[in-house]
Amino acid sequence: MTPLFIAQIALTLLVFVALLSSAAGMVYFERKVAAWLQQRVGPTLVGPRGLLQPLADVIKLMFKEELRPAAADPWLFALAPIISATAAFAAFAVVPFGQATTLFGLLSEPLRLQVADVNVAVLVIFAIASMSVYGIVLAGWSSNSKYSLLGGLRSSAQMISYELSYGLSLASVLVVANSLSLTDIVNGQSGTWLGFIPRWFLFVQPIGFLIYMTAGVAETNRAPFDFPEAEQELVAGYHTEYSSMSFAMFFLAEYINMVTVSAVATDLFLGGWHGPFLPASFGWIWFLVKVGALLFFYVWMRWTLPRYRYDQLMDFGWKVMLPLSVVNLLVTAAGVLYFGV
Amino acid sequence: MTLFYIFGALAIVASLLVIAQRNPIYSVLFLIASFAALSGLYLLLDAPFVAIIQIIVYAGAIMVLFLFVVMLLNAPREDTEHDARMHPLMQPGPLRFGALLAVVFAVELVWALTGQRAAGALSAAGQTRSLGRGGVISVAAIGRRLFTDYAFPFEVTSILILVAMVGAVLMARHEKAPVVVHPGLDDQAPEPAPVGDPPPPPEWT
Repeated sequence: MTPLFIAQIALTLLVFVALLSSAAGMVYFERKVAAWLQQRVGPTLVGPRGLLQPLADVIKLMFKEELRPAAADPWLFALAPIISATAAFAAFAVVPFGQATTLFGLLSEPLRLQVADVNVAVLVIFAIASMSVYGIVLAGWSSNSKYSLLGGLRSSAQMISYELSYGLSLASVLVVANSLSLTDIVNGQSGTWLGFIPRWFLFVQPIGFLIYMTAGVAETNRAPFDFPEAEQELVAGYHTEYSSMSFAMFFLAEYINMVTVSAVATDLFLGGWHGPFLPASFGWIWFLVKVGALLFFYVWMRWTLPRYRYDQLMDFGWKVMLPLSVVNLLVTAAGVLYFGV
Repeated sequence: MTLFYIFGALAIVASLLVIAQRNPIYSVLFLIASFAALSGLYLLLDAPFVAIIQIIVYAGAIMVLFLFVVMLLNAPREDTEHDARMHPLMQPGPLRFGALLAVVFAVELVWALTGQRAAGALSAAGQTRSLGRGGVISVAAIGRRLFTDYAFPFEVTSILILVAMVGAVLMARHEKAPVVVHPGLDDQAPEPAPVGDPPPPPEWT
């Protein structure tokens, strides 16, 4: 039990708790921002400025009755929310969020601010994203209900369609960065051009960033792509039949997926923890600021854009996003080959 | 070595459970578990790229399509009770073919295992050293081999998959009757008379 090992375990626990509380924080944040956008006040009653509202929601969910339809498949009905929540937590494990630190000299070796340092980290994120489809599909099927099944089928079709563009936009960044490790990719974005433009991949890959964010919204099933749970057509989609904590697990997974997509976008396109003014050991503050900005963008978009129509979504995914991302990857590869970036 | 046995056992048990299920959805899920265990074996062979690609392509992409099709067809259970009452020789074709295939696979497995032992005895250390823990296989090395030494098989495989896809689309598409763009130029058939009288206009009072 070296100090580094203990620090690593402490870091893992910290990330776990931070993700859990980020989901709770996001619920409050989303309700507040939604209220401001609609000129309301939002939650104000529970705790100071309504800050304890998410806690009240969690307690309420815990004491709800756990229901299971009589015709549901018992094993898969229980398994589906577990898959969703596990995949959401697992994806964040390979995301680095700060410079390696010795905790002000406490440790003999620097501790990487990342739960698992994997040299194919980008692909791991992509793999876990592709596995998280199962949670939703199985929830839809095992509930044995029309709305759930339609929601599950829609979501799997949507995720398969947008996964291709998602993967190709990741690949174009990999070509520019010449590495599969997220730490290397972030370190490739340090410094500035001309002294004031940060060397973010956002400026090298603007189309890639747009494709990544659009596909990321579709992957996390958020508005304007929230078809799996389109209330007006499908009641609540794949989690219609879920109640209490198993519903909470889907809810948790959705919010953690948002955080993960934003964190990966920060690492890939926005320079990760690199930023001005702060010393390198406090880079994680920049990371949090950037992730927060992207999360605000998510909420902002939800209350600004109406939901697409389902055939429009499919047309857009296959006829616009996919060709665009293939061309983007080809142009990037040709550029890297020609200019040797 | 412990991890090898754990992943190996998982892969075998999951594969057996695939064919032991009545419900096709469960079969698909156990196949995913089997792929995940195989991916663990690739990791132990220091090939993380192959392990992740196994998850992305097989467990992630292909099995989702399998699940999709099984759910759309909504085949609840295979009806085996009818077949089980019949004499084995009188059972329908697929079952007999399956039994034949199982025998062939069993023979192949025995042959492969005994052959493996003989080959292993011949090249005890050298072969396994160079294939086994030779260091992490880099993505760049895989890419370079794929597009130089194996360029032809790689391209042929992709064309094969494309052909299969086009064929599947062609077969799955319902043939419609040819649409006549300009009717009435050749055929002199009169317009069909309206059936019955048109409804009387509503009387306004």
